[in-house]
Amino acid sequence: MNTGRILAIAQKDWVEVRQNKYAWMPMLIVPLLFVVVLPLVFTLILPALQVDPQDVLSSDQDIEFFISRMPEAMTRYIDFEKPMESMIVIMLGFLFAPMFLILPMMYSTIIASESFAGERERKTIEALLYTPASDAELLLGKVAAAAIPSLAATWIGFAIYTLILNLAPYAYFQRIWFPLPTWWPLILWITPALVVLGIALTVIISAKVQNFLGTYQTSASVVLLVVALFAGQIMGVLYLSVGVEMVIGAVLWIAAGVLSFYAIKRFNRKALLAGKG
Amino acid sequence: MELIINCENVDFRYAQEYALKGFALQVAQGEVVALLGPNGAGKTTSVRVMNGLLPIEGGRATVFGQAAYTHGTAIRERTGVLTETPALYERLTALQNLRFFGTMAGMGVAEIDERSKLMLDVFGLVERAGDRVDTFSKGMKQRLAIARAMLHEPEVLFLDEPTSDLDPEAARRVGDVMREVSEKEKRTVVLCTHRLFEAEQICDRVAVMKKGRVVASGGLVELRREVMPGISVYVRAVEPLTAEMIGWLQQQAEIKAVRQPETHVTVMEMDTEDTVPMAVAYLAGKGAKLMAVEPRTASLEDIYLHLQQNSGKEPA
Repeated sequence: MNTGRILAIAQKDWVEVRQNKYAWMPMLIVPLLFVVVLPLVFTLILPALQVDPQDVLSSDQDIEFFISRMPEAMTRYIDFEKPMESMIVIMLGFLFAPMFLILPMMYSTIIASESFAGERERKTIEALLYTPASDAELLLGKVAAAAIPSLAATWIGFAIYTLILNLAPYAYFQRIWFPLPTWWPLILWITPALVVLGIALTVIISAKVQNFLGTYQTSASVVLLVVALFAGQIMGVLYLSVGVEMVIGAVLWIAAGVLSFYAIKRFNRKALLAGKG
Repeated sequence: MELIINCENVDFRYAQEYALKGFALQVAQGEVVALLGPNGAGKTTSVRVMNGLLPIEGGRATVFGQAAYTHGTAIRERTGVLTETPALYERLTALQNLRFFGTMAGMGVAEIDERSKLMLDVFGLVERAGDRVDTFSKGMKQRLAIARAMLHEPEVLFLDEPTSDLDPEAARRVGDVMREVSEKEKRTVVLCTHRLFEAEQICDRVAVMKKGRVVASGGLVELRREVMPGISVYVRAVEPLTAEMIGWLQQQAEIKAVRQPETHVTVMEMDTEDTVPMAVAYLAGKGAKLMAVEPRTASLEDIYLHLQQNSGKEPA
């Protein structure tokens, strides 16, 4: 295995992604919204507007229901005596957790779509196939191109989110309260699984849909997983406690493994040249 | 001379239909060989097979003495390929493209920079080295793609339609470069082209393909002898030759056929030029007012068209 070739493919793909505004624009805007804007709304703007936290939490029956059924393992982090703190912890500490998972899925599907389908769309794949790189090196290079920045960007986003959640409402908390323990499996266990799942799914879809936008739009349907987790929490069916997250992560890793196996089997020069890889 | 490429009875299909069926080609070191054939004849597929991109179903395909598919990586380190389309990364600069493909070919950084400068110079692109490829004209992209194929000094160069999109001056330069790498550096060149004149000018040998197989191969003289032996003698006269004259010519054993494509032009097909004086003496003696007598051998175009129309065997 030639790591020089693998890195060269990854670097080349990163340069290409940076040059494609349809790829990097959503990768900039969505995290800006989730990581910066919404946390600031809840930690700075709502308090500044003197919005009553009780009004926020009781204005929605779903949120009330969510709080009422929350397991003790999670309620221990909420001081219901302090309404502003409670609102911030519930909204940004718990309810937002599944939404954060949009980031790794979005990053991995966008970059992988650009890398796999984009290369075929622009008819550059054949020159790449004539290089001495083996099929495995080609695949690993492209997986690295999608996986490394996806993980890095998610973790950087998480670090910024952590900073904002601790600094902006410091006046209320007077302590470092975030990350909650429930976030560690989310970031270290579920996020990598989603990245691998997103890439494997994109490789498979790119065999059928041979352009960047089509592949991205199809593979981005995996975001339904996040919607399901979010809905599950709101409906009081599924709370993202550490134990539940470990199980969800294990299921996602198994799914990612199965899809990766299928993607690897389909990734070979003959299939790529015949337009079926 | 050492045989670099040896394909025998190769079969390959992408789906149901065979793209190659009984394909055979031998190329020796330093040869410049043209693969001629219409679209769909299997030229591009054969280049893919020879570079180990595709697994063959039957026959044998070796390059540098190694089975092409199982040793694809090692073979591709020693070959350079210009694909049908330039296939360059258009959002990258010319230099970034060369650096990427140089790294993929296993070259070191200093070597890549040195060779890149040389190739950009050879193909007149030095001043555009730092520009994105999507700002290039079609001809410039084609030249850069050839530079990329030659960057790592491959022992065998496969060029698919290298002079398409090039102006005559650039096309001639590419032809000169191909000759140079073959004659001075003893590198092997396989050229896929529709341009028969180019093949005739540049190549030592041509292989004519039809429906996935080589129907004839050899030098022009060899092909002429095998496919269209003999000569055609064009007789141009002030007045058409009479029926009596035509009849006499047709009776001569040395003259295989006589036809009149135009009123004032008669064509005699014969094995050698030796019969020409006898025929001309007869016609002059009969009062034919001859303007010109021109013996012609079959051109590559004649041979190619003859093979495409008449070679019968088709893949199963």
